[in-house]
Amino acid sequence: MSQHHILALFNNFDEAEQAIAELRSSTIKGFNFDDLTMKSPIEHPEVEGVLGQRSANVQWFTLFGALTGGILGFSLIAGAQGNFFSQVKGGKPIIPLPPDFVLTYEMFILGGVYITVLGFLVCAGLPAKRSSLYSAKVSEDQIGLLVKVDQSAVGTIKAIFTKHQALEIQEEAGK
Amino acid sequence: MEKDIREDIAWAKINGDVLKSLETPRPLYWVILLVALAMFGVGLGCEIYQYNIGMGVANLNNPHVWGLYIATFIFWIGMSHSGTLLSAILHLMHADWRKPIYRFAEAMTTFSLMTAGLFVMVHLGRLWQFYYAVPYPNERWTWPNFQSPLLWDAMAIFTYLSSSVIFLYVGMIPDLAIARDNIHSGWRKKLYTLLALGWEGTDRQWRNFRVTYLTVACFLIPLAVSVHSIVASDFAMSQQPGWHVTSFPPYFVAGALYSGCAAIITLFIILRYVFKFEEYMTMPILRKVVRLTFAIAMVWTYLNLIEYASVWYSHDEAAKAVLIQKATGPYAPFWWMMNFCGSVVPLLMMVKRFQTNIPMMFAVSLLLNLGMWLERWMIVSPTFSHGYYPWTWDHFQWPSLVQWGMVFGSFGWFTLLFMVFCKVFPSVSMYEVKEMVYHRSLALKNNELAEKGAH
Repeated sequence: MSQHHILALFNNFDEAEQAIAELRSSTIKGFNFDDLTMKSPIEHPEVEGVLGQRSANVQWFTLFGALTGGILGFSLIAGAQGNFFSQVKGGKPIIPLPPDFVLTYEMFILGGVYITVLGFLVCAGLPAKRSSLYSAKVSEDQIGLLVKVDQSAVGTIKAIFTKHQALEIQEEAGK
Repeated sequence: MEKDIREDIAWAKINGDVLKSLETPRPLYWVILLVALAMFGVGLGCEIYQYNIGMGVANLNNPHVWGLYIATFIFWIGMSHSGTLLSAILHLMHADWRKPIYRFAEAMTTFSLMTAGLFVMVHLGRLWQFYYAVPYPNERWTWPNFQSPLLWDAMAIFTYLSSSVIFLYVGMIPDLAIARDNIHSGWRKKLYTLLALGWEGTDRQWRNFRVTYLTVACFLIPLAVSVHSIVASDFAMSQQPGWHVTSFPPYFVAGALYSGCAAIITLFIILRYVFKFEEYMTMPILRKVVRLTFAIAMVWTYLNLIEYASVWYSHDEAAKAVLIQKATGPYAPFWWMMNFCGSVVPLLMMVKRFQTNIPMMFAVSLLLNLGMWLERWMIVSPTFSHGYYPWTWDHFQWPSLVQWGMVFGSFGWFTLLFMVFCKVFPSVSMYEVKEMVYHRSLALKNNELAEKGAH
């Protein structure tokens, strides 16, 4: 069955939230709730809660980046210092831990920041081509709900959007 | 109680007002830009002259090997801490009044670091020798000394600069998308489209954005503290009298936050007028920044007094001699001026009616930064002119015009970068101001409902 994309624009979060709640609670053949995307001009954790558990996995990238950065940093420094094992160090350790901690710490942060941002791009799906059902009003003051549905569910979905005072409904035949 | 921002500002108007700042600033913008360009030209001319003739023209010689260059380097590093304070620390503390002003503070961080970096190069004289500070082996296959704070400095500043640029950029992506959607042609459209990365404000994007922003903010705070602590270690880990002080790292960090906050007041006032941001950079927000600056000024004053006291009572005769020389020797006018500007002038910020007096606060913020610049000079030069060796004691070397020219030029360079940034990118965060307006109007509505319920 051919897939359709529908974008409904709402005036405020309350109306969008009610539409999401209804879509979530009703069983509509040809519509999977996970295919609903909310687009908004601001971040809104409370309304995102209505969408259910959708994970953000950036923190795993952070953990990996920070640990890798720190380990790489220390290995580089200690490796370089270890190369000079034959140098006279006047009784001081070849690899002195307290001063090496400083650079390890900086590399820990550097790795953490870089890989976190890489993780953000991966997890948020950026860079991306803008979808054809995009309205610039979403970056201004309206809330958009984008759904991917089968042809059979188009009428029901549109009725729910209209019931919750959607300002505008755009539709695109599926790909 | 005064409101930080009106709750009834339409979101479309927020977009419109901020986007207008990218197109038609007040004429003063162009005056500032031209003056900055001229100042930068002076600095550039001095650098070219010094590069061709040699370091002698800077009047840098033993024992004065650092002079104004390193003093100004510390000043600019310090200035960079304001962005981290406003965007990261206050973000974690949920202080939402920071939202209209944090973007330009973040830009300040980036451009201050870029200015500071120049002084490291400039004070080397032979610019190409910069690579000795980079952690890879040189042609003799020897590595830099990883135990030296100077190498830590290079790494810390690189980490801070690149992280700040990333933080500034990531935080700006939703606003770049707004600019992309509202500007219809020309190079700006192409630039914003490229930089917005196809942002559409989906729940998936916002969710990951929120975690990323918070995480990078959490990294930036200890990073900022470490950067200035390491700069302080350049001094504190040496044996020079007046520098070998345990309290130097917190003292430097406090000084950094102090000068950064003072600079935020200066730029707040300028941007508010130049870009017609009166509705967003409001008087209650200015009052909050002024109070924050005052609190930090007092912390700095306390740490300053601790430093004097610990030198005075420590029986370290050489350090004591430097302190006495600062107060009575050739540097005395500058040292007293530093104490006056850093500790006495901020007392004006206690007076409630002065806190929102724009000409007064503009002048005060400039004086505070004069004090903070003098502080860095008073850390660097007096110790060199009164070290352990008696031969240094009669070597008071007044910085040459070349040094002064480059310090002057650095202010032009910073202003030039900053003003160009504000004209090309949104200097007020549109989406965060919308959040601020939204949450405040929601709170207002809830209060009204609660009041109605009570009746």
